[in-house]
Amino acid sequence: MNLRSSVDIITEWDIVAARQLGRNEAKEVGFGTVDQARITTAISELARNIYLYAGKGKIEIRQITDGNLRGLLVIASDKGPGIVDVRKVMEDGYTTSGGLGAGLPGVRRLMDDFKIETVLGEGTTISASKLLR
Amino acid sequence: MPQEFKRQYKEILEQYTQRQTELNLYEGQNFSRQLIQKNISPEEVISIHKASLEELMPDLPNDVWHSFDLLIEVMIRYGLALKEHQTLIKKQENFRMEMELASNVQQTLLKTKIPVMNDLDIGMISVPAKEMNGDYTHFLNDDTTIGIAVADVIGKGIPAALCMSMIKYGMDSLNGAETEPIVVLDVINRIVEKSVSDSMFISMFYGTYDTSNSKFTYASAGHEPPLFYSAKSNEFSELQAKGLLLGVIPNVKYEQHIISLDKDDFIVMMTDGVTECRSKAGFIDQNTVMDIIESVRDQSAQDMVEFVFHKLEELQEFEQRDDFTLVIFKKK
Repeated sequence: MNLRSSVDIITEWDIVAARQLGRNEAKEVGFGTVDQARITTAISELARNIYLYAGKGKIEIRQITDGNLRGLLVIASDKGPGIVDVRKVMEDGYTTSGGLGAGLPGVRRLMDDFKIETVLGEGTTISASKLLR
Repeated sequence: MPQEFKRQYKEILEQYTQRQTELNLYEGQNFSRQLIQKNISPEEVISIHKASLEELMPDLPNDVWHSFDLLIEVMIRYGLALKEHQTLIKKQENFRMEMELASNVQQTLLKTKIPVMNDLDIGMISVPAKEMNGDYTHFLNDDTTIGIAVADVIGKGIPAALCMSMIKYGMDSLNGAETEPIVVLDVINRIVEKSVSDSMFISMFYGTYDTSNSKFTYASAGHEPPLFYSAKSNEFSELQAKGLLLGVIPNVKYEQHIISLDKDDFIVMMTDGVTECRSKAGFIDQNTVMDIIESVRDQSAQDMVEFVFHKLEELQEFEQRDDFTLVIFKKK
């Protein structure tokens, strides 16, 4: 199974559209209310990062399977400036979160798996997935 | 959702909705302790509440069920903030342990042995305000002469401690106890001036005591003047010596003075952690410090420094603001 769908992030409203798409897919996979809220919060964070730092980009949602488990993969990609110091933005209490528990460390906590690829001047792609257990 | 928690919570909730006793509430509170220990996040607690309610009162209107979904959404970030907080606490603990290690390394590095001399009784105490000590004491001695350096980096903590290590290596490069105080200060000043940033200043006192003629020769680089106690006149006087702080400019002329010690005379060398002791009423003045020292003048030099430290600690209500170093040379 490999269903995919995506939302372009250009305005702040698109963040809501990305959340909606994520929630629908999460419900379809069978995630409970708490996990739905976690996944949409992660999507919010990723979409907001695109909107604030890259200007525009895309949130793609895919339903995935891993063995017997079903799950959801969120891919956030942009052609923005890239991240200068990945280690720093992944550090707790160091990001824009200011102790509010958000930012990329937050996304990593909300999801099971987290990957980040970034090239200065070319853009960033972040993939985060969560399996239904 | 952890089923065991749900079962327990449902029971507490059921009892409370029926009776509303303080005991039910107390049980609820104890339950939260378990939840925290097991890292159950706020959004999960609400989800447990909702699920329990669904079983206890399935006929509630739909609006109520929807409202919980909003609440879960709102609590997600609290859960994240909590987790971040927990990692930061762990991180802080790691920092603390690292500091403790650094402090041990420093103590080993800056260790100086109090020499035993025929003619002279020596006491020393040096207590840092934080983990790392910005005060430095070093003894150099041969059979007849003993050199003593007391230095204080303006500032405390890690930067001060790093700076101290440099003075230590400067001192190690010197030839021995007989080097004249003005030469010692000149050498250390050049090292410090070259290697330390402009915002870092060090004051230092250096003295040598010659047991063959009981003369104490000293010089100072902007350091707290030592006190000299004359047993004959029962009076204190300051050992003044002009000289600029270390590290300001490369060529400094330091003054050198000599004083003779008679039996039971003593010299008290210190850092500003001693003179700038403060009680609630304000600074503890020099006369108070002198009185304290004089009251134990018949004891051994080591007992004296320890007594003065504890007495001043007491006056400051055990709140030590600055690194504290006290050295006493007492002629036997």
